[in-house]
Amino acid sequence: MKYDIIIIGAGVVGSAVARELSRYKFRVLVLEKENDVAYGSSGANSGVIHAGFNVPPGSLKAKFNVEGNRIFPRLARELSVPFKRIGKLVVARNKTERSRLEELKDIGVKNGVPGLRVIGKKELRRLEPRIEGEAALYVPSAGVTSPFLFTIALAECARENGIKFRFGEKVIGIKKTQCGFIVRTSAGLFRSQVVVNSAGICADEIARMAGINRYRLYPNRGEYLILDKRFGNLVGRMIYPVPLKGAPGLGIHITPTVDGNILLGPSDAFIKDRSDTRTTASVFSRLIKEAEEMLPSLPREAFIQGYAGIRPKRVSARMKGFRDYVIEEDPKVSGFFNLTGIESPGLTAAPAIAKYVTSLILKSLSAGKKAAFKAALKKETRFAELSLRDKKRRIRKLPRCGEIVCRCEQVTKEELRDAVKGAFGIPSLAAIKIRTRAMTGRCQGGFCSPKIIEMLDKEFGLNKENLILKTKESYLLACRTKDLRR
Amino acid sequence: MKEKKVDVAIIGGGPAGLAAAAKLAGDGIGNILIIERNEWLGGILEQCIHDGFGLEIFKKSLTGPEYADYYIRKVKKLRVPCLLSSMVINLSRDRVLTVARKGELLAVRAKAVILAMGCRERTRGALCIPGTRPSGIYTAGVAQNLINLKNWMVGKRLVILGSGDIGLIMARRFTLEGAKVLAVVEKLPFASGLERNVVQCLNDFGIPLLLERTVVDVHGRARVSSVTIAKVGPCGRPIRGTERKIACDTLLISAGLIPENELSRGAGVILDERTVGPLVNEFYETSAKGIFTCGNVLHVHDIVDWVSFEAERLAFGVKEYLKKGCIAPSKIDVKAGGGLKYVLPQRVSGARTVEFAMRVDQPGRNRAVVFRDNGRIIRRFTFNRVSPPEMIRAKLEESDFKGIKMLSVDIER
Ligand SMILES: Cc1cc2nc3c(=O)[nH]c(=O)nc-3n(C[C@H](O)[C@H](O)[C@H](O)COP(=O)(O)OP(=O)(O)OC[C@H]3O[C@@H](n4cnc5c(N)ncnc54)[C@H](O)[C@@H]3O)c2cc1C
Ligand SMILES: Cc1cc2nc3c(=O)[nH]c(=O)nc-3n(C[C@H](O)[C@H](O)[C@H](O)COP(=O)(O)OP(=O)(O)OC[C@H]3O[C@@H](n4cnc5c(N)ncnc54)[C@H](O)[C@@H]3O)c2cc1C
Repeated sequence: MKYDIIIIGAGVVGSAVARELSRYKFRVLVLEKENDVAYGSSGANSGVIHAGFNVPPGSLKAKFNVEGNRIFPRLARELSVPFKRIGKLVVARNKTERSRLEELKDIGVKNGVPGLRVIGKKELRRLEPRIEGEAALYVPSAGVTSPFLFTIALAECARENGIKFRFGEKVIGIKKTQCGFIVRTSAGLFRSQVVVNSAGICADEIARMAGINRYRLYPNRGEYLILDKRFGNLVGRMIYPVPLKGAPGLGIHITPTVDGNILLGPSDAFIKDRSDTRTTASVFSRLIKEAEEMLPSLPREAFIQGYAGIRPKRVSARMKGFRDYVIEEDPKVSGFFNLTGIESPGLTAAPAIAKYVTSLILKSLSAGKKAAFKAALKKETRFAELSLRDKKRRIRKLPRCGEIVCRCEQVTKEELRDAVKGAFGIPSLAAIKIRTRAMTGRCQGGFCSPKIIEMLDKEFGLNKENLILKTKESYLLACRTKDLRR
Repeated sequence: MKEKKVDVAIIGGGPAGLAAAAKLAGDGIGNILIIERNEWLGGILEQCIHDGFGLEIFKKSLTGPEYADYYIRKVKKLRVPCLLSSMVINLSRDRVLTVARKGELLAVRAKAVILAMGCRERTRGALCIPGTRPSGIYTAGVAQNLINLKNWMVGKRLVILGSGDIGLIMARRFTLEGAKVLAVVEKLPFASGLERNVVQCLNDFGIPLLLERTVVDVHGRARVSSVTIAKVGPCGRPIRGTERKIACDTLLISAGLIPENELSRGAGVILDERTVGPLVNEFYETSAKGIFTCGNVLHVHDIVDWVSFEAERLAFGVKEYLKKGCIAPSKIDVKAGGGLKYVLPQRVSGARTVEFAMRVDQPGRNRAVVFRDNGRIIRRFTFNRVSPPEMIRAKLEESDFKGIKMLSVDIER
């Protein structure tokens, strides 16, 4: 079968493009090398829907960021994705930093960010009594979402509207032919007229497969620590330091997540291996030290987990300077659309990027709109977030909602079964985790993971090879008892 | 919401909850309800299929399930109602419990509540162990659950971090199954599990116990491929240059248990920073009126027999409370001083004999536990051997409390 469009990579960008394209009568295939969506940086970021005061006016980053922020509340509602516009404070520690706040504000105003205001020490104290600082830029339009649920919802919506997804398909070769492309993966061959390269940190490699050598991406790692929900109200807003000029990241910030935890991070360090998402002891101590400068009462025994994401930088440690997103049809390889260097604010910008890419594709490939396109995705609110009355109602309707399997995050058996059934690839523990939040609380699956493994084994008949954490190779269980004695 | 009224609601059907129920019901308290989130009673004991339980109470060595079974039978015989597969999701200060179970959400209003929720294990994340995040990292209790209740082996070549009892027991269990336990790595200069477990589970099988070392890095993308261990200095930090890589497919973590006090916190119960469990008086009543507690949710016990004894003492307090509608005020604060991690109860009335439970912070020989009132020695108890894994107990008589305002306890050097 020949497709009109192949999208490479099911991160937030690829998934947003897929959903946008599903409005039209295109045959679209998404190829993803991993077992699920949101496996790359889309599943390892701060989850912030940025306002757009930190990106140069006139850039694509600024344009798509501000647009993304503006449309996010409606989109989140449409897709049943959690979103909280909690606002952000960029905190200045001294006079020099204070003057930078005005600069940031001016950039923001130019970019069209609403509501920006520099506030003094007194007001900062009132808003965030635990935060140390002289002044702050108050950014009311910034918010937080679940990057997992957002990416999943975009992809599910695209799937509902007829887009095909294939997982475990690593693209290893691309050939341009007279009438389009042949895309070779670890599992097979696929043909299409158009290719969208949204492979994140691997986008330069994918471009090279198509004979495009202009791009080089430099992996830069950002590490995080997650705090126990018990300390979730240390701050009510995102707390950012004043960014250093020319730094690869935004500085280590304190971010309340949409689920009620707090994140510390991310660090920024250029690394060699682009898939190296390990965490390190030295960065952990740095995160704590820098967060403590803003939040002296940060508790020490508060962490439940760490993680890291990789930024696809278009500049190396030495080069410095600003580089914008590349979002274009390749001037030499027609029909090949590159989306490279989609670093922060990529999560925020993804929906706007998707609209733009779609408009570019429509210039060379035409198709009518689908009459039956369904923009909305109906999802139930998580059981844990319901009021007592609604919990009761839910249980009456769906008795299995009374069976709570994950104690820390109050995840019900019903929700777990839905996640298993709805998973794109093999229902790995990670796939269940990002859909339900089971195993993500303070006990990290100490109570529920054996129960979930048993459910996958007994109720869903997964064999040992498919009882996995994330990838095919990440097996959970080595063998049965007595096997080694036989 | 459907509301149920009971005299005593017990949260948790492990040994603590069961022993309290058995004692109360045996003494004629009628309207008791045990609420347990698992589909079975017995708590963590059900997965502890090794022996060594009951030496203090039954004077013989039982397995965990056998020990639990004694109390389960007792509770059944006394017809104490139990709600199984039912999770308490909220407890209010005025003792209304919200219980979720298949098909219903229930409110239970209780005159007295017993918190017996047990504990959970410290995880890799809480220990902030850096490295990759592959499969093959389990807490020892999860591995124990999978191997003993579900016949699954989590790995074939293991490194165990922490020398807590569960880790030691698992080292033996995996070895008996034909897996290779490469090392048990412990940060402290001494094992944190019981002496008998070090001997029977490690020494007897030639498994090395590497003291003053810790895991500083984890390797492997999909599945654990190795871990790096290093020596730790006196301040607890790894010493550079002492790193060593051990190839393995599994890292088990047995680095401490944490009392599970989410419900207690929600009800406004005040916790002790040292035990991480509630502050209690000699009746095992917490800072919230009518809410009592015992077992691992109060403080982590080394042997289950002490849990059962504690539950019986608690039952006395609950009966007093039900009879009089309140507990006599406890005005004497008890403070743990030098050499002790904690002492329990943290407050006493002075009107009756009290058994104290303590834990030392370092092993030693010929040590004395000294109770003082403002420097004046009230009582001295000597012990041939003390060590942090082993709880110490000591009794003060009613007469010892005469005229006392504040009690302090320490280890005499
Ligand atoms: C530390 C950090 C913090 C951030 N914080 C924020 C934030 O708070 N707010 C915000 O707006 N943005 C943030 N970002 C940016 C945002 O996360 C990214 O811009 C966004 O997730 C990029 O999405 P993507 O789909 O382009 O890339 P990815 O999510 O990386 O997706 C690329 C996909 O392509 C797949 N792939 C790669 N190679 C192949 C192949 N050969 N064959 C098949 N599939 C392949 C990968 O498996 C992956 O799933 C942050 C980024 C980082 C790293
Ligand atoms: C993994 C492990 C291994 C051990 N091995 C040994 C050993 O070898 N030898 C030894 O002597 N001691 C051992 N111990 C210690 C001993 O078993 C404990 O001291 C004892 O189990 C404590 O009893 P408990 O009733 O306080 O807690 P638990 O046995 O943990 O029971 C608590 C019960 O409460 C239930 N519960 C908790 N929260 C709720 C809620 N919200 N709603 C409903 N129910 C709830 C739990 O499901 C559980 O059944 C071990 C402990 C652990 C954790």
